Amino acid sequence: MSRRETIGELLVQRGISRRALLKYSAYLATLMALPPTAARAIADALAAARRQSVIWLSFQECTGCTESLTRSFNPTIEDMIFNLISLDYHETLQAVSGAAAEEARLTSMRENKGKYVLVVDGSVSTKDGGVYSTNAGKTNLQVLRETAEHALALISVGTCAAFGGIPHAHPNPTGAVPVSEIITDKPVINISGCPPIPEAMAGTIAYLVTFGKLPDLDHLNRPKSFFGDTIHDRCYRRPFYDKGLFAKSFDDEGARRGWCLYEVGCKGPVTYNACATLKWNGGVSFPIQSGHGCLGCSEPNFWDKGGFYRPLSTSTGSPAAVIGGAAAAGVGIGVASALLVRRRKSDAAKEPHS
Amino acid sequence: MNLLAFARGPALTVALAVFVFGVAWRLLSLLLLPWARDLAVARATAPPALVGAVKGFVRHLWPPRPLARGALIVTVNGYVFHLGLAVIVFGLAQHILFLRGLFGVHWPNLPSGVISAVAVVTLASLFVALGRRLTNPVLKLISTSNDYFSWFVTMLPVATGLIAVSHLWAPYETLLAVHMLSVSLLLVWLPFGKLMHAFLVFLTRAETGIVYSRRGAEI
Ligand code: SF4
Ligand code: SF4
Repeated sequence: MSRRETIGELLVQRGISRRALLKYSAYLATLMALPPTAARAIADALAAARRQSVIWLSFQECTGCTESLTRSFNPTIEDMIFNLISLDYHETLQAVSGAAAEEARLTSMRENKGKYVLVVDGSVSTKDGGVYSTNAGKTNLQVLRETAEHALALISVGTCAAFGGIPHAHPNPTGAVPVSEIITDKPVINISGCPPIPEAMAGTIAYLVTFGKLPDLDHLNRPKSFFGDTIHDRCYRRPFYDKGLFAKSFDDEGARRGWCLYEVGCKGPVTYNACATLKWNGGVSFPIQSGHGCLGCSEPNFWDKGGFYRPLSTSTGSPAAVIGGAAAAGVGIGVASALLVRRRKSDAAKEPHS
Repeated sequence: MNLLAFARGPALTVALAVFVFGVAWRLLSLLLLPWARDLAVARATAPPALVGAVKGFVRHLWPPRPLARGALIVTVNGYVFHLGLAVIVFGLAQHILFLRGLFGVHWPNLPSGVISAVAVVTLASLFVALGRRLTNPVLKLISTSNDYFSWFVTMLPVATGLIAVSHLWAPYETLLAVHMLSVSLLLVWLPFGKLMHAFLVFLTRAETGIVYSRRGAEI
């Protein structure tokens, strides 16, 4: 393989001007909440950097994350990503297939040993040795271990790779686990969401390439610049929440007036993601703006949190049986203790008085 | 399972079960005790038992005149936090949703700002009650750990709820979980401590009303 060109060289080859790169860097700086002065530094760093070799593995997933990235409304995002990285292996996007595709992965791993970034979408099946999801005769588990061994860092894209996601939902028939549960000796950045916001994927990858280090991460290893606030913190319906004005259904007067969706199950208060600020489809809208509560898709176990339409302040158990049982037990013991006292009393009455 | 999932799921279920168990047990074991027959002949003017019971209850809503002056602050303060608690529990939208989940019935909510204001007053009132308990020599003498713990588990949900709606100090999911756990603690303790007066107050005052009305006394 020839020497990997710098990003600057590649942009020149593709006829992309420095001005465009600067504009793009400014956009990145804003996305990552960096000071505006960082834009020039980013542009310079990017121009001089070699394109980051990336291997992208897809496990138990629906391809929604790849769709989100490649169909992002804002074409500069995907362009920029593909200018910044050398995507050496991606099952959905690559043209080659079969043995040639596997060879591409192995070659990239050999040539960029210790330097490539491994991106994973989808959860990893572990039950019965991981037989429920295989590719080219190998289980996902094997491929992940093998490919992660010499990776620089890993990025789990989407809630399935980050937290197990839908395959991990009860009863989890395939024993699905997140990537971070298998690979524990390398940094794993989680960019959760179902799917994740394209800007969050793009911004994080760009940060890695530009600065050569991990961005600031939260306790779930998500980049703080995208997952630092809850949806609720930034929701434009928040004033209604604060006043206690809630839509009671999806087509009542409150819903038409744009009141808060807490009562119809919004999980915005406990969901960390950038939907309310970056929004979707190039900033057109986001679920709450379209009238539906947040599902909490960027949080662990979002599928098993008691129902999308059940308000956050309600109990998630279905306690009828337990409580019924407890009531019966209470009645039983109450009656028994009263009867005991009655018996003692009548026994005492029968005893001869001294 | 994170803290919030634990609080919303198993913790609340267990707490509700213990609550229902405890209340059923204590009420039945009391109500089914052998009743001592009042052998004295009732006064000719004595009202029927039910009327005596209701009258007794109503009369006890306020201290009798000779005592009212001295007990004014205590009485008013008692009303403030009892009514405050009721307004908070039954007026906040989030609470109505919780109750709707359990009983299927619901009603309109009060504005959240009103509830927060009521909660601040309630909290202050609870601290006044504690202050009195700690400073009044007689009250201090007859107070046991049961009283202090009952006060604590009542105060805790108010304080944590207020912090949760204000989004102070910790992420909301943690605040909400802590609030729900504090409510679970209250539910678990209620039937076994002095808070059981929430149910027993009706029995004791009705019984007192009946006993004294038979004797023609108005106490
Ligand atoms: S719609 Fe959801 S995120 Fe927005 S204010 Fe209401 S509860 Fe919060
Ligand atoms: S609004 Fe909530 S459920 Fe919807 S995409 Fe954003 S984080 Fe996911």
